[in-house]
Amino acid sequence: MTDTAVFPETKETEDAIKKVSIIVSKGSLEEIYPGLIMANGARAEGIEANLFFTFFGLDAIHKERQDHVKVATVGNPGLHIPTWAGGLPGVSALMTKYMEHQIEELDFPGIAEFVEMISDTGAGVYACLASVDLFGIEEGEMVDFLDGVITVGEFYEMAAGGQIIFT
Amino acid sequence: MPNAVLAGIEVEVNDEGFFEDPTQWTEEMATELADIYGVPTPLTDQHWTVLHFMRQEFFEKGTGPTVRKLGKTSGVTVKELYQLFPKGPAKLAARVAGIPKPRGCI
Repeated sequence: MTDTAVFPETKETEDAIKKVSIIVSKGSLEEIYPGLIMANGARAEGIEANLFFTFFGLDAIHKERQDHVKVATVGNPGLHIPTWAGGLPGVSALMTKYMEHQIEELDFPGIAEFVEMISDTGAGVYACLASVDLFGIEEGEMVDFLDGVITVGEFYEMAAGGQIIFT
Repeated sequence: MPNAVLAGIEVEVNDEGFFEDPTQWTEEMATELADIYGVPTPLTDQHWTVLHFMRQEFFEKGTGPTVRKLGKTSGVTVKELYQLFPKGPAKLAARVAGIPKPRGCI
């Protein structure tokens, strides 16, 4: 008989994270990816995960917009360029192209592929009802694998017993 | 370094239970490891496809593949991977395949 003590992960530890619900509320490239990476990473570790897209974060699950998400070049000090320069025509497009190139070099998926892959991992993908109404988005405009358009109350019910991460 | 006895053979594993030397692995050990980690046995053909693909990638590239890579090139889809190894395919399959823990964010 094998002594399982040398395989520590066979035991469930009490403080291990078992479930996360991640809210993606912003629509720029640098604000969408982290939420997706966290959701995907959670599933890869066997953690239950739900993604909830609200406000401009909805672009990540909007069929026509999800692969045209841009890097925010204004009011983004992390880019280390003057704010006035970030507002010049073409700067956001250029920065986005550069970032997309880097992402591809690392063999990271684009947003559309990434969201679909996360859905395939068994994570729930939801849109916020208030935002969908506010922006007048039709259900057919969003990805086909969407698990539902839900209210904030339904979101909390779904998130019960787990951690909530707001991005 | 803790030692484990799998399929009657003593193997070296690290503190997290990953193989120190992947060449010590045998298919009989995979079945035992699957039992230890709660993967339903007998392992299916699809399980074996994944395990052999992971080992092949490891020996060629020095690191196990990501779930995305597995889904794209092993012939088993991401959806199926999560059905085969529900507790997280990349790490769990690496454990059963006797290769080191894969490191990667995607």
